[in-house]
Amino acid sequence: MNELRLRAVRDPDAPPVEKESEPEVKADGETASDSENRVEAAPLVTPADDTPEVLNRALSNLSSRWKNWWVRGILTLAMIAFFFIIIYLGPMVLMIIVMCVQIKCFQEIITIGYNVYHSYELPWFRTLSWYFLLCVNYFFYGETVTDYFFTLVQREEPLRILSKYHRFISFTLYLIGFCMFVLSLVKKHYRLQFYMFGWTHVTLLIVVTQSHLVIHNLFEGMIWFIVPISCVICNDIMAYMFGFFFGRTPLIKLSPKKTWEGFIGGFFATVLFGLLLSYVMSGYRCFVCPVEYNNDTNSFTVDCEPSDLFRLHEYNIPEVIQSVIGWKIIRMYPFQIHSIALSTFASLIGPFGGFFASGFKRAFKIKDFANTIPGHGGIMDRFDCQYLMATFVNVYIASFIRGPNPSKLIQQFMNLRPEQQLHIFSTLKSHLIDKGMLTDTTED
Amino acid sequence: MLELRHRGVGPGPGGAGAPPPPEGVAAGGDHEAESTSDKETDIDDRYGDLDSRADSEIPEIPPSSDRTPEILKKALSGLSSRWKNWWIRGILTLTMISLFFLIIYMGSFMLMLLVLGIQVKCFHEIITIGYRVYRSYDLPWFRTLSWYFLLCVNYFFYGETVADYFATFVQREEQLQFLIRYHRFISFALYLAGFCMFVLSLVKKHYRLQFYMFAWTHVTLLITVTQSHLVIQNLFEGMIWFLVPISSVICNDITAYLFGFFFGRTPLIKLSPKKTWEGFIGGFFSTVVFGFIAAYVLSKYQYFVCPVEYRSDVNSFVTECEPSELFQLQSYSLPPFLKAVLRRERVNLYPFQIHSIALSTFASLIGPFGGFFASGFKRAFKIKDFANTIPGHGGIMDRFDCQYLMATFVHVYITSFIRGPNPSKVLQQLLVLQPEQQLNIYKTLKMHLIEKGILQPTLKV
Repeated sequence: MNELRLRAVRDPDAPPVEKESEPEVKADGETASDSENRVEAAPLVTPADDTPEVLNRALSNLSSRWKNWWVRGILTLAMIAFFFIIIYLGPMVLMIIVMCVQIKCFQEIITIGYNVYHSYELPWFRTLSWYFLLCVNYFFYGETVTDYFFTLVQREEPLRILSKYHRFISFTLYLIGFCMFVLSLVKKHYRLQFYMFGWTHVTLLIVVTQSHLVIHNLFEGMIWFIVPISCVICNDIMAYMFGFFFGRTPLIKLSPKKTWEGFIGGFFATVLFGLLLSYVMSGYRCFVCPVEYNNDTNSFTVDCEPSDLFRLHEYNIPEVIQSVIGWKIIRMYPFQIHSIALSTFASLIGPFGGFFASGFKRAFKIKDFANTIPGHGGIMDRFDCQYLMATFVNVYIASFIRGPNPSKLIQQFMNLRPEQQLHIFSTLKSHLIDKGMLTDTTED
Repeated sequence: MLELRHRGVGPGPGGAGAPPPPEGVAAGGDHEAESTSDKETDIDDRYGDLDSRADSEIPEIPPSSDRTPEILKKALSGLSSRWKNWWIRGILTLTMISLFFLIIYMGSFMLMLLVLGIQVKCFHEIITIGYRVYRSYDLPWFRTLSWYFLLCVNYFFYGETVADYFATFVQREEQLQFLIRYHRFISFALYLAGFCMFVLSLVKKHYRLQFYMFAWTHVTLLITVTQSHLVIQNLFEGMIWFLVPISSVICNDITAYLFGFFFGRTPLIKLSPKKTWEGFIGGFFSTVVFGFIAAYVLSKYQYFVCPVEYRSDVNSFVTECEPSELFQLQSYSLPPFLKAVLRRERVNLYPFQIHSIALSTFASLIGPFGGFFASGFKRAFKIKDFANTIPGHGGIMDRFDCQYLMATFVHVYITSFIRGPNPSKVLQQLLVLQPEQQLNIYKTLKMHLIEKGILQPTLKV
């Protein structure tokens, strides 16, 4: 931050050199912002080295490049191990972790905003940003809790009132924040304040909606949470490996290190990985069943009769592959077919999330979002490719897998007026009769 | 863009261009030269950001081209400038109000089109301001992308909300069924295509600008498109839910102005120096009374009170129904102090009038914050009006800034206090389920209805 604040005061020794470099800079055709940053020196602030001491000592002998590689490698393994532990601990812990990741991502992006606009001196603004985060989270969690914890909510009187007027309460909370923002507008800082307001809202849009879609996917069945995230991680790693060994043609100007070989190799490797992983996971109930809240035991249970998707079916292999593999039929879970779609999205479109984040970092001249993870950068750096994945999985599930939730429909039906209920009942009846599920005389 | 490129040169020659300036002074001098041009951006300048620098460089917006029609000008040529302005505003106000009445008369479908038209114009106005602020007219992709995102989001919302109301119509057409069933997926795919185009269109030297315009577009969509769809949903609930809130806001605007004009003394907020406390409070009371009376007048007519339905047989919108309890006269006993004043024991009111008090209160107390927000926005970006569409008034956004929060409030109010879930949506979702699930639900519903006595067990309905 100090370097950034000092931008306004130039280094007295530098100017003669800089003035001469200005014409060259202009000749480059760079925008003034770029030239301005170069001219004012202060190279990108090197992130403080967060690597733990023990690692530093262990790797002190290796050269800097290998050391970096080892640090990254070790941290990758640490994160993956952490991921497994959390899966083992269950859905509740997963939800909490998702929420923490969301808060950390929000904080990282907002901090970048503060740095860009130097708006640390607008104290109200930090409070307001966190307040908006709280409001939006309250709104989303309330909607989720109302859906999934329906029986629990109906039991407790205060919860029932909170849930009935939930939208109104959330809106009121948001309004209060909005009015506070308007009242906090200070004469000379209007533009900054509006920028931060816009920045906060876009960040909320990105971070909070994604995290809630992740939790919805989780409730559908832990496999819908694990397979997509692992596909994205696998694609990251595989594309890097393929690029490292075979990389030659650059992929996109935005990220010079990505190559076409890495991209395509990563695609095939991820599809294969997805197939294998879904085969392994579809066998276990704890991954496959929707997460439910059990009233009697007051905890989450994942116990059910696996749906059609997760039962082995026999498929005829098309002629083409028959000659290659030599099998006539193959036993697969239908879910594996879906996993091909998920992995394809993860490898083809997921990287666009990464390019978006790269562009963002270049636009605001930062190397990493933060320094949380040694060797990797901030939490956002790890999660930028996941950005679109959660939305895709949610839309995929809603469109192709499950229909609306029957118990929720019944609940909504009970809230309607009698004439509306009658109208719907008769329409449903005629529809069922049309389909032949009901006969006109007997209703069985 | 040219100005931005020359930033290195621009104010430079004034301060630092002079070849041998004392270097230490030039360091500060460079900034001095810029900031003296605009005192207000003093602090913005210290931050030295791209945007705050551009702040002092934006030329003062040239006086808006006068769009007043010729006839008006001739008719008013005799009066002094101040009265002329007052007359123009007055005439345009009356014109807008009559246009409003005309469209109400023409029916709900025209109203929907009007709302859509206004939404598109508001979006256009705000995006144009963004272009001017960031001088990004030369990024040609960006205009296309902004309009493309507007299209996507509108497609998504119209599919979600309006399709519910056309359920019977949709059931008939095969292709429409397909579009409805996979609606979310299709909308998401469209949005993704736009997102990927954005990423591919990032040009090396314009990253920051492009990200700013991307964010600007999204915030604008959040503001304009969601509001307009909530307005349409309110409209479908019954035209009275559309008319009373909007007229309350308009009435509050006008009466607050009049009260402020005649009695105004204490300023209300630094942001809008013309607003006064007298206007605020006077406007509040008059709006509540106006809302009360408007609700009384409108509640009598089925045309306003009934939910809008699409009848497939006549292929049009109908508003015919048995008015719900809200719109049937009921007798209320007056509280003692009012009894003494009015000298009546009971009064016949529509329950909706009580709700209208809540709506008018919101319109007068919180609605103005939407106006302050827009004023702050205009000051932040140094514009006098959003656009010049309406002579004497400015752009469409200028007229609708106070409505901004009203539509959301009415929608939240309706869902929380008035009606339950949307019956057409419930029906639509029921029809999408698997047949076995439908059968199960049918049995559950039947039991429930028989229990409640709505359905007779022996009668075939």
